Amino acid sequence: MAGKFKIKIDEILKKYSAPEESLIAILQQVQELCGYISRDAVECLTEKTGIPSSRIMGVASFYAGFRLKPVGKYRIMVCMGTACHVNGSERIGDTIKRVLGIEAGDVTEDGLFSWEEVACLGCCSISPAMMINDTVYGTLTQQKVIDIIENIRKGEGK
Amino acid sequence: MRFLLGYGSCGIASGANDVLASLNEAFAGTELKVEKVGCNGLCFAEPIVEVITDSGESILYGRLNKESALEFAEAVKQGELPLENRLTEDELKFLQGQKRIVLSGCGKIDPESIDAYIENGGYSALKKALEMGADKIIEEIKISGLRGRGGAGFPTHFKWQAAKNAQSDEKYIVCNADEGDPGAFMDRAVLEGDPHRVLEGMMIAGIAIGAENGVIYVRAEYPLAVKRLKNAIAQMHEKGYLGENILGSGFNFDFHIMMGAGAFVCGEETALLASLSGNRGMPVTKPPFPAQKGFRKQPTNINNVETFANVSWIIDNGGEAFASMGTEGSKGTKVFALAGRVKRGGLVEVPMGLTINDIVFGICGGIKDNAKVKAVQMGGPSGGCIPENMLDTVIDYENIAKTGAIMGSGGMIVMDEKTCMVDMAKFFMDFTSKESCGKCVPCRIGTTRMLEILKRIADGEGVSEDIDTLIELGESIKTGALCGLGNSAPNPVLTTIKYFRNEYEEHINNKCCPAKKCTALIEYSIDPELCRGCSLCSRKCPVEAISGVVKSPYVIDGEKCVRCGQCIDTCKFNAIKVLSGEGNK
Repeated sequence: MAGKFKIKIDEILKKYSAPEESLIAILQQVQELCGYISRDAVECLTEKTGIPSSRIMGVASFYAGFRLKPVGKYRIMVCMGTACHVNGSERIGDTIKRVLGIEAGDVTEDGLFSWEEVACLGCCSISPAMMINDTVYGTLTQQKVIDIIENIRKGEGK
Repeated sequence: MRFLLGYGSCGIASGANDVLASLNEAFAGTELKVEKVGCNGLCFAEPIVEVITDSGESILYGRLNKESALEFAEAVKQGELPLENRLTEDELKFLQGQKRIVLSGCGKIDPESIDAYIENGGYSALKKALEMGADKIIEEIKISGLRGRGGAGFPTHFKWQAAKNAQSDEKYIVCNADEGDPGAFMDRAVLEGDPHRVLEGMMIAGIAIGAENGVIYVRAEYPLAVKRLKNAIAQMHEKGYLGENILGSGFNFDFHIMMGAGAFVCGEETALLASLSGNRGMPVTKPPFPAQKGFRKQPTNINNVETFANVSWIIDNGGEAFASMGTEGSKGTKVFALAGRVKRGGLVEVPMGLTINDIVFGICGGIKDNAKVKAVQMGGPSGGCIPENMLDTVIDYENIAKTGAIMGSGGMIVMDEKTCMVDMAKFFMDFTSKESCGKCVPCRIGTTRMLEILKRIADGEGVSEDIDTLIELGESIKTGALCGLGNSAPNPVLTTIKYFRNEYEEHINNKCCPAKKCTALIEYSIDPELCRGCSLCSRKCPVEAISGVVKSPYVIDGEKCVRCGQCIDTCKFNAIKVLSGEGNK
């Protein structure tokens, strides 16, 4: 792991007097820093806190909010809540899979996109919905999804 | 004149930022200004601007966008209140019959201003509670009949009393804001739209049980709620509502926020406590109850957001006023999140005792596209589907439980004839089997086996014993599982079998999905009478399954077709038909 990450992890750890109790908060910040929870990051945390890496991995793999693989520059989260399901979210997921040519959880070769199915985003009134990074898109149709991805690609010059 | 813009997550997702930019642009240099408020619950008409005239009249404008908001603002500058984009009289029926306690501040006040909360009567209950003391507070809550709004409906005063009785110098109040039920979003709306109401309720609970610390366990997926909570807590410190010797009373209190990491099982109290301690969110057997041994092994009282949001109203208005609403066993109001195939989706707060019909048809205007209602799902993955002929069921904890569903956190998903009940059961079982923490065998293996059977049925490979096996498995999981997640996981399957057994039988015996939803059991075909040969569908088809000659009817190759539905969305002549069942092919 690069030295500058180690320094930043030190900064994160400084905020917590009881790292075992605060493990989830620490992992959340490490994920924000690195994009995901990497093997290196786990080893670095073990080295600095003494918490066994098995316990850290146990927590990281338990919660849906932690990613153990890198994500794309544009992280697409398709809502799989009940309202979205009733209004056709499965087709939204299928469309993204087709357009990007990757399975859920994977990243496109150019590193631009990754997509995943997530639990309810709480935007049930505009279902089916998805989120790309911090932006929510609602009342989706297959065509709308295709257009949104196309626009991002164009914006990136691809 | 005031202009209130709904600025919650869903408002922003619907384009509230565009509206804000337009209004700010037009109002620049005038005395007019836009106030950002939380979600007022009329989600179906977002983005919304509420105008409150100088005489106090409220006029609602909905479905605004950049252009229409600019036109609106220009008209306002000319001294007019235009008629365009006003919500219709029919749409305003949404507000009739509602009684807002939990949602009273949502959409009315600036959630980022403690002054706005105080001006609207905020923190008066806290002052009163400080004078009342623990016993009187708990007595008032007891009189009110308030029951936990998170799902189980356990009497709130009982938990508070138990935590008060526990002997310790260190106690905790925990707010469960890890709203995990897919389809429920009332907690998000309250946290985003009126965070002080929740914090005030927690502090009053703190006085009642003798706790000096409040912990809010909130979903990381709700960044706006987290931001507004943090802001509210900082403002409380500035105003002297937090810290030591609050308002000169000798009472100390402070808040801590912890973000959840995404596990449905953490709605279960003991799992939530495990998560708060930095562990995997796995439940343990009770006793000891959290009231005896909870967070940091100290007496802890856990309630959910909506429960705490009722507390200040009860202290302000008295327990009897709260108990005067509702039914014998279920007092006060309940917030419901309406979504799915309903015409006017959003947040509805009504007194207990109305019927499901009153909400779905009276308040929410019935079903989208005037379709026929098939069932209403209540209680999410722990609940059940209530069929059309039982929608006159009175809403209270006991009557909803009798149907096989549960009140749950108040999600109501409305389903029409296009919803397949086997598919819904499969959807919920898929959810709970993934969310099962894996600790106990009935839940971990039982839900997996049930899901396998449901998948088999939906794929047209079901066998006649499957229905009985599902019932047997379901009943044993209900009694054998360790926690609430497992105990209730079979409910969606058991209720759909109970009320829609014929749909299961159609899937198994006739390989037919009556709702035409299960892709393995349907086929697409083009009606040659209706097809004009425009070729649009063939150009949109992602797998090149549609072929033909322009101006003569096209055909779909069933082998290639992936049943994605793009052609149906595209066809202007309604020529594409979906068939299911041996007899129809």
